Amino acid sequence: MKRFARDARHRVAVLLNGVRRSGECEARTLLSDFLRHELGATGVHVGCEHGVCGACTVRINGIAQRSCLTLAVAADGEDIQTVEGLAGAGDGLSDLQAAFRRHHALQCGFCTPGILMSVADFLARVPTPSEAEVRAMLTGHLCRCTGYSGIVAAILDVASSRSKRRSGV
Amino acid sequence: MKPAELDYIRADSSEEACALLAEYGEQGRILAGGQSLMPMLNMRLAQPRALIDVARAQDLAQARIDDGMLRIGAAVTQATVQRRTRLAQEVPLLVQAFPHIGHYQTRNRGTVCGSIAHADPSAELPLCLAVLGGQIALRSASGRRTLAPAQFFQGPLTTARRPDELVEDVRFPLARPGERHGFTEVAMRHGDFAIVSVAAMVSAEEIRLGVGGVASIPWVRRWPRLGDNDLDDALNQLAWELEAHDDLHASAAYRRHLVRTLGKRLVVELQG
Repeated sequence: MKRFARDARHRVAVLLNGVRRSGECEARTLLSDFLRHELGATGVHVGCEHGVCGACTVRINGIAQRSCLTLAVAADGEDIQTVEGLAGAGDGLSDLQAAFRRHHALQCGFCTPGILMSVADFLARVPTPSEAEVRAMLTGHLCRCTGYSGIVAAILDVASSRSKRRSGV
Repeated sequence: MKPAELDYIRADSSEEACALLAEYGEQGRILAGGQSLMPMLNMRLAQPRALIDVARAQDLAQARIDDGMLRIGAAVTQATVQRRTRLAQEVPLLVQAFPHIGHYQTRNRGTVCGSIAHADPSAELPLCLAVLGGQIALRSASGRRTLAPAQFFQGPLTTARRPDELVEDVRFPLARPGERHGFTEVAMRHGDFAIVSVAAMVSAEEIRLGVGGVASIPWVRRWPRLGDNDLDDALNQLAWELEAHDDLHASAAYRRHLVRTLGKRLVVELQG
């Protein structure tokens, strides 16, 4: 059992994009705010703050979920990946990010980090999804710019090129 | 959109969680996946003194077959149950219902027991549990009891759970040979709250039809197998007894229409 009292600040440590990081917060602090304000991971975007828009989606232990519906203290000790952890060293975008650029899968970009984190998890579990499966997964994200077509195309493109690479074509 | 001040306590077992519930009484709330409770905290519709987090309690993290039921512990996520390789043989109704529950990202963290304990009248899992005649297992520091859905669900977000009780697990009966199952719903958008949801189980002897989103609790009717006209009459009677209300999502008349139409479609398909 571990208690985090209301009237104190608590040290919370996480593995953020492979780096051990820690910061202080209250028991009631949302993980989204902790990542942005304490750890500087401002790629975590905050939209609706009640789990509808999907902009704050991060991977916790690899699994895509809403950081606005998780308390920072509840994520203490967990492995967290945000959009900052996607790109490789240097200026290399990940294949997923490159596909988003190629397919015009973003305009204003506010929803993009959350979508990328969902897709990173989704493709790890469903490597060759149908368009219907991709669209079902995307219902958890709101994008008001693109109309989703470019996003769907980018995801299917990445899935297909990864699967070709796997089979050595 | 931030929670009010609260104590947060991570319970490592159901026993610890029950001791904490006894300590905090009505001021304590169980947190599991938080996909319903956290929005309520953010909007300050709920302001408990303490959150008792059971998400990492190992003894609540199991889903297993026991005594003809699929028994799902309080810390088991919806995604974990949805991914069971034999779910289509075990509880086929859930295979059809899961895609309608929230979204991929919320099912990743949301729990099955949490949805039952939250008791939203338009939620899919309470409806499935009611149609299948499952059980809700409650535990407090002073003991355990098991309730049927008809005893447990009492109104919108209202259940027979006492403030010091934890929903320890919920139990879905395994499908028996000859049973056929169906689930369908109408919502404004995929993953939104259902305006009307309908779940059905049809066997050689009976039809069980449940309706969510209209009455204040999941509403289940049992009939013998019915011919076309008798089915229309039964569905019309059901549509009226739900006492649908007009609200900003749909009119009462539209809800009755959906009950008749979705119910007919489902039962005809399953009886065929």
